[in-house]
Amino acid sequence: MTGHWCSGRPQPAGASITPVAGAVSAKRLRSSSSASPVELRGVTKRYPGQHEPAIGNLSLEVPAGEICVLVGPSGCGKTTALRLVNRMTELSGGDILIDGESIRARPAAELRRGIGYVIQHVGLFPHLTVGENIATVPKLLGWDRKRIAVRVEELLDLVSLGKEMRARYPAQLSGGQRQRVGVARALAADPPLMLMDEPFGAIDPINRERLQNQFLRLQSEIKKTILFVTHDIDEAIKMGDRVAVLQKGGKLAQYATPPELLMSPANEFVEDFVGADRALKRLSLLRVRDIELWKAPLVRVGEPTAAARTPGDADISHPLVVDDEGRPVGWLSERDLAGETVPATPRIAPDPILELDDVLRDALSDLLQSETQYAPVVDERGRVAGVLSIAIVSDFLASDDAAGLAIPPAERVGT
Amino acid sequence: MFLVEPAHSFAAVEIHNRSGSSCIAQNKLCPGWIIDNFDRYTHPLLQHVYLTVVSVGIGFAIAFSLALVAHRRRWLVGPIVGLTGVLYTLPSLAVFFLLLPITGRGTTTAVIALTSYTLQIIFRNIVAGLDNVPAEAKDAGLGSGLTDRQLLWRVELPLALPEIIAGLRIASTTTVGLATLAVFAGAGGLGSEIVTGSNITFKTGVVTAGGLAVLLALALDIVLLGVQRALSPWRRVQSA
Repeated sequence: MTGHWCSGRPQPAGASITPVAGAVSAKRLRSSSSASPVELRGVTKRYPGQHEPAIGNLSLEVPAGEICVLVGPSGCGKTTALRLVNRMTELSGGDILIDGESIRARPAAELRRGIGYVIQHVGLFPHLTVGENIATVPKLLGWDRKRIAVRVEELLDLVSLGKEMRARYPAQLSGGQRQRVGVARALAADPPLMLMDEPFGAIDPINRERLQNQFLRLQSEIKKTILFVTHDIDEAIKMGDRVAVLQKGGKLAQYATPPELLMSPANEFVEDFVGADRALKRLSLLRVRDIELWKAPLVRVGEPTAAARTPGDADISHPLVVDDEGRPVGWLSERDLAGETVPATPRIAPDPILELDDVLRDALSDLLQSETQYAPVVDERGRVAGVLSIAIVSDFLASDDAAGLAIPPAERVGT
Repeated sequence: MFLVEPAHSFAAVEIHNRSGSSCIAQNKLCPGWIIDNFDRYTHPLLQHVYLTVVSVGIGFAIAFSLALVAHRRRWLVGPIVGLTGVLYTLPSLAVFFLLLPITGRGTTTAVIALTSYTLQIIFRNIVAGLDNVPAEAKDAGLGSGLTDRQLLWRVELPLALPEIIAGLRIASTTTVGLATLAVFAGAGGLGSEIVTGSNITFKTGVVTAGGLAVLLALALDIVLLGVQRALSPWRRVQSA
C-alpha cells in the first residue's frame, strides 16, 4: 500500500502506516494524493494602531504529510498565524512558502482553492445541500458535472456519511455530521494542504473524541499536510506529529514532537501550559511493548511443584502458570504449591491480562482498577511476553528513556 | 312572525337592486349594483396593478443597486437611510403636486412618487438581510476561494433572499394603498373609482374600489410569499 497517496512524490519519513481497525480500502485510496511542505519564514503581523505585533518573526517548518498543531492560550496569535497562510489575513512581513512557492505569487482566491479550510463553526452554506456544499471548490475550478458528482460521492464515503446525506440541508444534520461535511468540503479538490481552526471546538467531549479518532484514521489514508489550531493541549498532543506552542505575540515557545514536549518542556511557560499531569499524558503516547517488562517466573501446567518452588524474581511473589501454548492461566498460590503438580486452574486468576499493543495509560489504568501491583502481558498469539507492574511504569517515567518513543497520531486511536 | 319578516324584506331588497334605483338612492351598500357595474372597475384595476408593479420594480432596482454599493462601503448606509427616510416622510399628495409642474399629469408623476416611497423599506431589508448572513459562512466561502463577487451572488444574496422578499411584500402592500391617491396625479387606478367627481360619497363605489385594492394587496403578497418559499427551500427543512 505504500506510495498510493503520494503519486510521484517521495513519501515523508516515517509514513509507513499500520492499518488500524477498519483497514484502508482500495476504493478510499483513490481519493488521496499529494501533500506539500509548508514553511513560515520570519512571519510578522502588525495591526494598525497596535503597539505590539500580533505575530513577531515566527519561523516554522512543517514537513509534507504531517499534522502540525499550533497551540497556545487565547490571544497568542495561533488563529492569526493560520489565516496568514491562506491570506484570509495578509502578512505584514516575512513570507510563507507552500511547496517552495510564496503565497504571494498568486491571487488570494486562487491560492485558497488549493488549500483546504475547516473552521470551528464549520460555516456550511445553509442554503445549499450537503452535496452542493462539498462541490464548492470543484465548481469554482470548473470541473464538469459528472466529475463533481463522482467526487462528492467519494468524499461522503471518505468521511463515513451515507449517500442519502447528499440531498440534505445543513440544518438537518447533527453537529458531528456538519463537521464531517466541512472536512469533506475542504478535501473536495484534493488540496495538498489543510488548515483547521479549532475544528472540533464546538463539539461535545464524547463526540469530539470520536471525531478526532475518525479524523486521524482519515489522515492515515490521505496523508495531507495539516496546520491545526487548538487551545487544548490534550488535543494538540493527540493530533499532532509536531506541536508548536505559541506564547503571546505569536512567539514560538517550543516546536517539538508530543513526547519531546512532555519530556522536556523548553521553559516555564511550556511547562505550565503542558500541565502538571504531563507524565500521565506521556503514557498515552506509548504502548506496553515500548518499555522493558519484567521476566515472569513461569511454570507449566502439570509440572512438579518442586520446580516452581525455586525462588524466581524477588519482585513477583508467585510463579505464573502457563498452558502448553504459553498462555497465562493463573498465579500459583501457596496452597497450589502444596500439591504434587501444577494445577490447570490455579486459585488466583490472571486478571487483568494486558497486551503488548495496549496503550500504556490504559494498561496502567487496568492495573489500578484491578487493585493489583502487576499483571501478565501477552503477545499477539496470547503467549506471555512478560509482566508489567506499576513500579516499572513509575521507574520508566522517572528515566529519560521515553523521550524518543511515541505512537504515531494515526495509531493513537480507538483502543 | 319575527323570524320570517327579515327574510322577506331581504328578498324585496334583492328585487329592488336588480332594478337599480332605491338602494342606490339611499346610498346603501348594494351588491346588485356591483355585479351590474363590475366592468367599470377592470381598467382602473389594471392601472392600479401597473402602478404598483412598476413602482415596486423600479424601487427594487434602485434600492438593490444602492444596497450593493453600500454593502462594501458601510459608511454609505447611514446617509442612504437618511435620504430615503426623508422621501418616505413627505406627504404623498404634496409630492404629486410638487411634481406636476415638472413631469405633468399622468403615470410618470405617480410612478416617481410611489417609487420614492418604496426605497426606504426595500433598502433597509436588503441591508439587514446581507448583514444577517452568518459570519462563518462568509469566512468559509472566502476561505474556499470564492471572490468577493462570487461570495455576494452565491452565498450572501441567496441567504438574504427571505428578508429581501419580506421587504418587497411590505413595499407592495404599502404601494397598493398609496396608489389609490394616484388619481390626483391623473394616473387613474382604483382611486378614480373612489373619488369620481361628486361620487366621493357613493358608498357602494368606495367600498368596491377599496375592497379591490385590499384584494390586490393580498394577491401580490401571496405571490411574493410563494416566490420566497420556492426560492428558499432550505428554510423549510426540519432541523435535526
